[in-house]
This record gives sequence, structure tokens and C-alpha cells, in this order.
Amino acid sequence: MAVVAGQQQVDLREAKGWRRTSNRIVTALMVTAFVVVLIPLGFVLVTTIAKGASIISWSFLTSGPIPANVAPANVGGMGPAVLGTIEITALATVLAVPLGILGAVYLNEYGGKNWLAALIGFFSDVMTGVPSIIMGLFIFSIWVVHFGFSGLAGAFALGCLMLPIVIRSTYEMLRLVPNTLREGSYALGASKARVTMTVVLPAAIGGIVSGALLAVARAAGETAPLLFTILIVTAANPNVFSGANTSLPSQIFVNASSPYTGAQDRGWGAALTLIAICFILMIVARLVTARFARYSR
Amino acid sequence: MDQPEQNVVTNTQLPKSQVEMTPGTPAVDTPDATVFDAQKVSCYYSSFRAVTDVSLSIYEHEITAFIGPSGCGKTTVLRTLNRMNDLVPGAHVEGDVKYRGASLYHKDVSPIAVRRRIGMVFQKPNPFPKSIYDNIAYGPRINGQHNKGKLDEIVERSLRQAALWDEVKDRLKASGLGLSGGQAQRLCIARTLAVEPDVVLMDEPCSALDPIATGAIEDLMRDLKAKYTIVIVTHNMQQATRVSDRTAFYSVLRNEKSDTRTGVLVEYGRTEQIFQDPRDSRTQAYVTGRMG
Repeated sequence: MAVVAGQQQVDLREAKGWRRTSNRIVTALMVTAFVVVLIPLGFVLVTTIAKGASIISWSFLTSGPIPANVAPANVGGMGPAVLGTIEITALATVLAVPLGILGAVYLNEYGGKNWLAALIGFFSDVMTGVPSIIMGLFIFSIWVVHFGFSGLAGAFALGCLMLPIVIRSTYEMLRLVPNTLREGSYALGASKARVTMTVVLPAAIGGIVSGALLAVARAAGETAPLLFTILIVTAANPNVFSGANTSLPSQIFVNASSPYTGAQDRGWGAALTLIAICFILMIVARLVTARFARYSR
Repeated sequence: MDQPEQNVVTNTQLPKSQVEMTPGTPAVDTPDATVFDAQKVSCYYSSFRAVTDVSLSIYEHEITAFIGPSGCGKTTVLRTLNRMNDLVPGAHVEGDVKYRGASLYHKDVSPIAVRRRIGMVFQKPNPFPKSIYDNIAYGPRINGQHNKGKLDEIVERSLRQAALWDEVKDRLKASGLGLSGGQAQRLCIARTLAVEPDVVLMDEPCSALDPIATGAIEDLMRDLKAKYTIVIVTHNMQQATRVSDRTAFYSVLRNEKSDTRTGVLVEYGRTEQIFQDPRDSRTQAYVTGRMG
């Protein structure tokens, strides 16, 4: 609009004063907080890479058995622990993810506000806060004392840990699916099971998959639940269903508390390997989410 | 301007039977067949009585419009016609709704079978997060049609019926969410037509659309009338006069003693009669714009 001659021009600049000052202070605080959060993360990554990168090689990742603590750094490898981590975590995923997704489907799609759904939701949230070593003790007392140490027992313990995370993240994703989509499907003569399988789950699948993979990454890094369930051995045990086993976090625990530098170096290598495995899982999670979210834009 | 407060008709008592409810006079007006016959239908959301004692008949191959101010229960009545309100926790219906002679709310009736015959288009376009093709093929697939050739035919036929084919025929594999508002609504109409329903219920299908898209949907409704029976809820009275054969005017009735409100059917008849010669003063006030 043209400015009428003689009319004073409106001042549209930001007003000076407390509002502007407080705005700048809060912005500065947020930037500081972000940097403070980044510092420990950066240190962990830099230290682990600096101390662990030199020891990692193909034979470190695959060969075994894991050498005794007194052995020098260039002897042997973490093969059994890499194998154990992969097979135990995979088994835990197979046990916990489908159960968790089905549980969340019950809570959000079927349970509604009934007492059973409220109870399950409440205890699932409580379970999220249970210390992971308690999960290990629980499986020890109901499974290991009868059937002995095994990768399966470890998978049970990790599964108990993952279950509430999967339930919670899936539940939140299902809640985000707009009701108008469900109604659109019902209006075409779909049953509740159809609506859930063909509209609700596909609409939420991206978030469900990334939530599940976050739970997997969390479980892959756990030591405590495995202490009483798989024991810690040095030889590779490809049979996940019987016999003591080992894992990367367990070996980091053992090696870090050893006085020998060779063992400590192998511990750093194992730490870097574990970070790399989690990092790869996160990238896969992002790719899978993007792949499934193809139609949601 | 919308001034809903003025639309509230005050009355100290809920009516026993609101208006003499003989839609039209059979002598001058011979509809093909009755599709819906509602008798004294009251709808509740938990203890709230949203609609009281609605009785009306809806006829085959006609477009019936429900008009009235906000909160008068027209959408609620529409949703009782295909048992969509079953999905709302606490909702229940009293009275009887007959659909081609069968009671919709009989205990043996499956809402799934009802909705298979009585489709619905919603206020906000709600395409599924799937491809355009899969959106249309969804209904036939859940009803057991998996033959690729048949599905291709159904998709093309439905999109042509909804006047969308030419715009999307080259991108059937693209997401249904990438369409404009008007296209998305026609996609939803095509999706409803794909299961070859008997009746299409439309809940303010144009309220989110611009006048051009609205015109396209109205043309479409006039075309579809030959094959389907259509019931439409609209806030747009011009739209009701443009497309509908019959109009039902609903209003809000307030009980001052208990300070409760409920929706009632005030007048129902041929659209020309409702707009040019309304028999109830409330209808007259509403359609002439003195209210709302």
C-alpha cells in the first residue's frame, strides 16, 4: 500500500527492551545446552575411535576364542562376542517385537478404556523403569536355575527389557493415525481386524519400525541382563539355545576391569565394534522408515 | 454470518412428535421406492440426547439434503444410517431405522454388511496413505476381489464415475496424499463407488473445497443420482437448492428447565417447497437468512 504523503511511516523494527533481551538470553541458553550435550557424546566417540580403531581388523571381528586377559593386544579376537551379540539380540528381537506390536495394537485398537488395557498399559510403563539387572535376575530365577545358562535365557532377559519400549513406541505411533482413516475404511465395509491390518498398521509402520530398532539397539548394548543368563565364556557358541555364551558388552565389562593392557585394548576394540553395530542399526532404521513412509507425503 | 445462538429455538418441553411428518404428498410426488424409513429415532452420546424423535423417509435415486445450524444433529442422523456411530464409544440409538424393509439396528444385523451397501464420504478428504490405485482397489480387495484385470477395470470405472480418471490416469502409482483437496475428495468418492454401494452418504463433502471443486462434486452428484441414492449434509443452502430433490431442516431445541439441548427435525419436504413455501416459521427464518 502506498504511504500517504505526510503520514508518518510505521516503525516495524523489533522493539528494544526486556522482551528483546530475554529473547536473546534464552536463545543463548539453548545453544549452550545443545553444545553441552554434544561434548560428552563427542568425547565418547573420539576416545573410543582413538583407542579402539587400531585394534580392529577382520580377524579381530571374526576369530576366536577370545584370548586370556594376559595375552598381548595383537593376539586373538572378539569373534565369539560379535557372534553372541548378533544371535542373542536377533532372538530377543524375534521374541519381543511381534509381541510388543500386538500388545500395542490391543491397547490402542481393541482395549479402549477397559480395565485390562489400563492395567497392561500401566504395568508396561512400570516395566520401562525396572533396572535391567532385575530382568536378568528374574530370568535367572525362573529359567536358568532349571535349564542352565544359554543364549536363549539372555534373549528372554533382553526381550523383557525391549517389550515395554516396543509397546510404548508402537502405541504412540498408533495413536497418531488419524481416526478419519479408520472411519474411511469402516465405511467401505471393513472389519476391525481388516482396518487394523490394512490401514492402521501400514499408516504407522515407519514409526513402529524405527521404534523397534531403537529398542534393538538399546538391548544390544546391555550387559546387566546377560550376567546371570548367558554367563561369560571365551569360546564361540553358535548354538543360541543351549550352553553358556558371550556378548560384546559382557566382554567390555570383563576386559575393562582387567589390569592387562592387551585386554584393555581388546575392550576398546569391542566398544568401538558395539558402537558401530548400533550406528548401522540406526541408519537401517532411518532407511526403513523412509522406505515405508513413501506414501505418507 | 453464522450466529448459532439465534438459531436456538426455545421451548420448555421436548416435543412428543415435532411436526406432522408425511414427506411430500404421494399424489403429486411418486418416488421410486423407499430406501430408508426412520421412525422416532433418538441418538444418544452416553447420556446426552443429541437428536430426538426424528422420523423421515428417504427415496431411491434422489438426493436428500440435511440442512440446519451447527449442533442440530444432522451429521448424527446421517451416521445412524450406516451405523457409523457404532464406532463412537457410548453412542446408542432408540427408535427404528428401516433400510429397504430391514431394521438396521436389529441385533442380528452386521454393521460390516450394512456399510458394504451404504458407503460414506467424509467432511475432510481422507485418502489412505497408499497409491491412488490401491486407494480405489481397497474396498474391492477387502471384499475378496483379487483378480488384477477385474481390479484394473474397477479402478478405471470408479475414477471415471468420479470424474478423476483423466487427471490421474498417468500416475495411478503415486500417493493418494499428493492430490489437491478437490481431487482427494473425488478420490474418496471413487473409493466409495468402487464397492458399488446402494446408497452414498456425504457429510459436508464440499466444506473444505473451493467453489470450482465444489461445482465439480455437485455435477458428479447429479450424474450419480441415476445409479445411487444420495444423502448429503450441507451447511451451504445454495448447494441444497442446487443439487437436492428433498430437504430436511433440522434445528436445535433447548429445554430451559434442565438447560439441555437436542436436535430435532423441523420440516421435511421437496426442496422447492422447503425453500419457497416453508410451513414452519423456523424453517422460513433459516432459509431466508434471518437466522444463521
